Amino acid sequence: MLVAALLSGLVLGGTYALVAMGLTLQYGISRIMNLAYGEMIIAAAFLAYVMFSGLGLNPVAGLLIAVPAGFALGYAVYGVMMSPLVKRARDKASLEIDSILATFGLLFVMQGVMLVAFGANFTSYSYLNDPVTIFGTTLAANRVLALVMAVVFGGGLYLLLTRTLWGTALRAVAVNPAAAPLVGIDVNRAARLAFAIGGGLAAAGGVVISMYQTFTATTGVVFTMKALIVVIMGGVGNLIGALSAGLILGLVETFVATYVDPGLTLAATYGIFLAVLLWRPAGLFGRVAR
Amino acid sequence: MIRLLSPAIFLAVVAALAYVPFVADSYGVTLGIGMLGYVTLATAWALFSGPTRYVSLATVAFFGIGAYTVAVFSETIPYPLLLVTAGAIGLGVAVVVGFSTLRLAGVYFVIFTFGLAELIRQLVTWYEVNMAGTLGRYIFLPVTPEGIYWQLLALATITFLISWWIGRSRIGLALKVIGDDEVVAAHCGIDIARVKLALFAISSVIITLVGAIQAPRWTYVEPVIAFNPTISFLTLIMALLGGANRLMGPILGAVPLFLLFEWLSANFPNHYSIILGLVFIAIVFVLPRGVLAFAEENWKRWRRTTPENLPAVAE
Repeated sequence: MLVAALLSGLVLGGTYALVAMGLTLQYGISRIMNLAYGEMIIAAAFLAYVMFSGLGLNPVAGLLIAVPAGFALGYAVYGVMMSPLVKRARDKASLEIDSILATFGLLFVMQGVMLVAFGANFTSYSYLNDPVTIFGTTLAANRVLALVMAVVFGGGLYLLLTRTLWGTALRAVAVNPAAAPLVGIDVNRAARLAFAIGGGLAAAGGVVISMYQTFTATTGVVFTMKALIVVIMGGVGNLIGALSAGLILGLVETFVATYVDPGLTLAATYGIFLAVLLWRPAGLFGRVAR
Repeated sequence: MIRLLSPAIFLAVVAALAYVPFVADSYGVTLGIGMLGYVTLATAWALFSGPTRYVSLATVAFFGIGAYTVAVFSETIPYPLLLVTAGAIGLGVAVVVGFSTLRLAGVYFVIFTFGLAELIRQLVTWYEVNMAGTLGRYIFLPVTPEGIYWQLLALATITFLISWWIGRSRIGLALKVIGDDEVVAAHCGIDIARVKLALFAISSVIITLVGAIQAPRWTYVEPVIAFNPTISFLTLIMALLGGANRLMGPILGAVPLFLLFEWLSANFPNHYSIILGLVFIAIVFVLPRGVLAFAEENWKRWRRTTPENLPAVAE
């Protein structure tokens, strides 16, 4: 029981971490609070579903299409919707409010398109639904694969951002967008790139989620909320923070569902969120900004 | 002259609106209820969010609390007390939420209120399924549509008067300073947290009452119906379109948008939320400070340019 809860908590947490990494890039580097993020996740989940049941393409191969599509969508959304807002913003606070409002509208547009295309039914497909025994407990193979994919994507992104010059430039913008141009970094380009990478990660997360969970056109909001909670818990723009906070959230949810009541998982999530906001608004690992 | 005229016009409008149920058919009254509901919601939302610039997405949380309180207690508590109970519960939640979140930076507040409605909906669902044993509830109250209309009209009038009064009082001035710069406000000796909390509580109680008054219209209530996020969204759009910083702004936004959405949901039920989202994005881009501010700016520019151009033409 304990090991089973721990393992499925890790799977869930790995997915949350993957999804939250994209949002922390979008908010930390591009300074866009994207409320339509969960809709991007669900759109990718539907894409994986269509490719699997319509074209017979397995989700791992589907990633090769979904991730570039998510990247392109993020790039386009930033170019068309966000950059006019960035240009007109007087300060960080007004950009935040403007971007929240604009992406709130985008949320309804994307949700509406998906409702028209797929209806409001619960959607899922059966891929690799075979039992695998790990540490004496049985787990579906697709969940194990989901965890592996989350680790691969998260680890790859982390290496990319910390070991390459290009990643260092992105992190420099996250730390200090005013000083980054002084060392020759194009802040606008970095912001657009980070937003697009966030879109790619959202798509990866969507495909991973679609492998082992049922989803509907309207569940995007829940994923946005959870990703936001993980981002704030981990500290905005902090990848390792997002990773650990995602795992913590997944474990807490699974333990509440196993030992307390499955209906109270969201309440537990909000409990953690409120506690973090009140005691550590800069995140579990962050320093308080002045 | 204007000082005397404005209250007279205001009274005449309220009296004319109160007379509507005598001449309108049942569809007209239904339309009136919806419109007054959203006018009140948008005005109450702007009461707090306009001057402080704290964007609240929790409108439906309080609206739903009001509706659900009426549904749960409709058989045990007499009607007028029912509204008082709903208002009291709304006040309690507002104080707890406000006390814990209003000290935070604006963006965290937005995120928290974004999730609050979902949280309350989940808690209510959990309670109904596990403790009460049923998910839906029926409301049988001897309240006519006309009665609901007049109650909403009264609430809308009170909300408008509160909004007018706050714009002229010390607390309104304090709010304007907070909205412009919180640090300056703190140095002026304004108790920021207390002012924000008071406004948030007033605004939330009004929103709760709108939900409570409208609840008998539904007859059957489920958490999904009472906590429908579209209500938060519509309120926000309406207040923003008119301009959240003006007394008349939310009303000017609510009336045309309510009619537009009513028409859309009748004619394009499937594409409703897409159009809704596009309208909203357009408002954010084209009229970021509302239609009133936009009109005023253009009017000033037009008046400024015309006299300057005239002598040039004469020469």
